[in-house]
Amino acid sequence: MQTETVQPGLFARLAEIGRGSARAGASPQTLYDRHGVLVVRVGDVVVKAHQADRDHGAPFLERVRLAGTLPDLVLGPLGRPLTVDGRTVTVSAYGEPVSPNLELPWEEGARLLAALHVRGVPADAPSWGRPARVARLVSKLGDGPAEDAVRRAFATLPAWIRGEGDEPGGREQRLIHGDWHLGQMVRMQDGHWRLIDIEDMGRGDPAWDLARPAALYSAGVLHPDEWERFLGAYREAGGPAVPAQGDPWAGLDVPARSLAIQIAATCVISAGKDDRPLDGPEQAMIDACVRISAAGDAA
Amino acid sequence: MHCPKCRGVMRTYTRSGVHIEQCDSCRGIFLDYGELEALSQMEAQYRAAPPPAGAPGWGAPAPSVHHHHHGGHHRPHHGSVFNMLFST
Repeated sequence: MQTETVQPGLFARLAEIGRGSARAGASPQTLYDRHGVLVVRVGDVVVKAHQADRDHGAPFLERVRLAGTLPDLVLGPLGRPLTVDGRTVTVSAYGEPVSPNLELPWEEGARLLAALHVRGVPADAPSWGRPARVARLVSKLGDGPAEDAVRRAFATLPAWIRGEGDEPGGREQRLIHGDWHLGQMVRMQDGHWRLIDIEDMGRGDPAWDLARPAALYSAGVLHPDEWERFLGAYREAGGPAVPAQGDPWAGLDVPARSLAIQIAATCVISAGKDDRPLDGPEQAMIDACVRISAAGDAA
Repeated sequence: MHCPKCRGVMRTYTRSGVHIEQCDSCRGIFLDYGELEALSQMEAQYRAAPPPAGAPGWGAPAPSVHHHHHGGHHRPHHGSVFNMLFST
C-alpha cells in the first residue's frame, strides 16, 4: 500500500484510541493512508483521521447524527468525533471492504443505495451541497492534449456544476451518500453490507449516487453486464433515481458526464505525477471526454 | 366524398396531423397532395430515433470498449480500473 503519512505521531495516537475502544487486543494496522486521510484498524474498530482541509463543523456533526438514525444502512462513527493534533478523528466498527479479486457486489451496493434513497428525509438533514470535485480537479490540470480534451468536455457541463450559479430545482431531493463507489461499502460480521464515509451524505439528487458506475459504463470501462447488474438491482429495489423501466439516461446524463470528466481529470493528474503515459482504461476516459464535447451541451 | 375506385363512402381520419381518407367499402386509402411525403418523413424520423436506454449520446461505441476482462466468474480489478471503481 502506498503510504504518505506526514505525521508519524498520528499513527500512534490513532492506535492508542483504537486500543481504548476495541473489545479485544490486536496489533494496529494501517488500512488507508492517502489523500491526507489515515485509517488505522485495531481489532474490531477502525480509527480515522479525516482530511485536515475539510470542514468538520456543524454539518459534519449533523451527518454523524443522521448516520446514527440509519444503523441498518450506514456504518457511522461511534460517539462524537474527537480532535487529535488539530485533526478530526472518528472511531467506528470494523467492516470488511470489497475485494477487487472476487465478484463485485453490484447488487448489494445498488440495494443499499435504493434503500437509502427511499428513506424519509429528516427536516434537519444537511444538504449534500454540490458536486464540487470535478471543478476542483479540472482547475488543477496542466497543459497537453488530454488536458484540453477534459477541459472541453467540462465546458459542456451546466454552469452550477462548473461552480457558477445555483443548482436548479426540479429533481426530487432524497437522502444520498454523495460519493458512492465500491470503496464506500463494507461487510459486517453478520454478512450484511453497510455504507461508509458519511462526509458527503445528505439531501440531494439521488442520480449522483449512480454517477460513477454510469460514467465508467458509458466510457466502455465497466462491462455492460456489471452495469446491468447494478442498474437492474437498483430498479428492482424501487430506487427512485431512474424510472422503473425504459431509458434511465434523462436523469443520469449530467451526473455521469460529470463523473466521467472527474475521473478523466484524476487519471491525467495521476499519470502526470508518476510521469507515465495513460493506460488503456485511462485513455478510454479521455475518449469519453472527446465524445462528450462532440455531443455538445448537456443542459 | 366517394371512393374513386368503388364509389363507396370515404371517411376522413387524422393521424399525426395528416388527413387520410379511407373507403368504408374497399378500405382503400386516398392521400391528398403532399400527404405521402409527410408520412414518409415521419417514418424516416421514427426509424432514425435512437435505440432506447442503451447509453447516453456520448457512450462508447460497442467495438471500442476497454473491458479489461472477459468471462469467468471472478474478475480481478487492479491498476487504474481499481482506482476508478474503489476510490474517490
